[in-house]
Amino acid sequence: MSDSVYRVQNVSKEYEGRRVLQVDHLKIERGEVLALVGPSGAGKSTLLRLLNFLEPPTTGRIRFLDAEFGAGQPMPLSHRRRVTTVFQRPILLNRSVQANVGYGLNLRGRRDTRGAIVDAALEQVSLQHLARQRARTLSGGEAQRVALARAIVLRPDVLLLDEPTANLDPYNVGLIEEIVTRLNREQGTTLVLVTHNVFQAKRLADRVALMLEGQIVELAGAEAFFESPQDPRTGAFVRGEMVY
Amino acid sequence: MEAIRLIAALDPALFEIIFLSLQVSGTALLFSTVIGIPLGVVMGLSRFIGRKLVIALLYTGMGFPPVVVGLFVYLMLSRSGPLGQLNSALIPALFTPAAMVVAQTIISFPLVAGFTMAAVMGVDPGLRQQVQALGATRRQTAAAILSEARVGVVVSIIAGFGSIISEVGAVMMVGGNIEHSTRVLTTAIVLETRKGNWDLAIAIGVVLLGISFLTNVAMLRLQGRTFDQ
Repeated sequence: MSDSVYRVQNVSKEYEGRRVLQVDHLKIERGEVLALVGPSGAGKSTLLRLLNFLEPPTTGRIRFLDAEFGAGQPMPLSHRRRVTTVFQRPILLNRSVQANVGYGLNLRGRRDTRGAIVDAALEQVSLQHLARQRARTLSGGEAQRVALARAIVLRPDVLLLDEPTANLDPYNVGLIEEIVTRLNREQGTTLVLVTHNVFQAKRLADRVALMLEGQIVELAGAEAFFESPQDPRTGAFVRGEMVY
Repeated sequence: MEAIRLIAALDPALFEIIFLSLQVSGTALLFSTVIGIPLGVVMGLSRFIGRKLVIALLYTGMGFPPVVVGLFVYLMLSRSGPLGQLNSALIPALFTPAAMVVAQTIISFPLVAGFTMAAVMGVDPGLRQQVQALGATRRQTAAAILSEARVGVVVSIIAGFGSIISEVGAVMMVGGNIEHSTRVLTTAIVLETRKGNWDLAIAIGVVLLGISFLTNVAMLRLQGRTFDQ
């Protein structure tokens, strides 16, 4: 039996009549790392928002575990809370770092929002020394690590990463990559990573999908994707020859 | 000097007026906050047909001359008015503190709602999606945005209080400035000035300024604390 977390079927998304996404079929397996690569405006982030149930598709259905999501068919809260996203530009609450990390737990009615579990998440991102600092005073890299900590503290089944290391220095890039890789290996968290960086996709992903103009052009295992792409556009993208 | 002596003497009549002013304006501010903050949040976060019209009405309400509000409430609550005719226990009678509360609520709630709406709209629009991605319900999302807008919300309450503690037109019309019943600081200043009791008028004016100053300092302290959190 297949162990799919998501089954995306004939999903499209339109904004003001303009179609920005059309995915006919996509399965995401439990525990895999799927990278979505492609130029800006290819629909990667839109797909991610749909996978986090932040917006409904215009047409089609997304099956997540045993529930379906579509226009007029919201995802139950209990399912929605098994997925979270780390965005490219983290927006933290004007509270302490600790309060930010505990925020998602707070939403779930958990009382231990300042306890050991939050400290452990902060330790994972090497920010335990900043627990009491106001989040708005952090650097970009620190803020992104707080955003990662507030996501992983929830122990999600699926972690969606929307260009989480864009604009970060190599130290923070390495740290974030190490944390998400550990999360995937040790906790079996399914990762869907949107990135412009083909090298990052190569380092992290089990499978890679190239998206162009809202569609998945090619989806393959990482090795096949990079070593023997089937679509000429994938080859051009991988070699950095695609002009966009 | 006579003004200072009157304040220092803790004149009971003066304190009765101060107490009633705080009671009327405080109650009106409470109602304005209860109505205005949720309305401001809804207007700031929702998109619906007719929203622009409601915003235009709200902005108009922010500039309502108190005397016009007084006239409107007077006409509504007078015995021949649409509400006065109902003769219901729930409808306050004219020339009572309750009628003054109604008038001051109408004056201040558009300010509370308008400034709250502006504060909510000033919160980074991306926050909403990020909070939802962490599993927030619609209500929790609204609460998070309101919390981020708290500095502006405190300003909205200060503006609402400022608009009513110092207004004279509406309370004069619907309260009538009746001694021991509906006389508040502003109407007392008008009366004492007309009578030529300059010292008493100045004393009451100093008290009014003092209350306004202390309230604003308290609010600003609160605002400062929210910054520090």
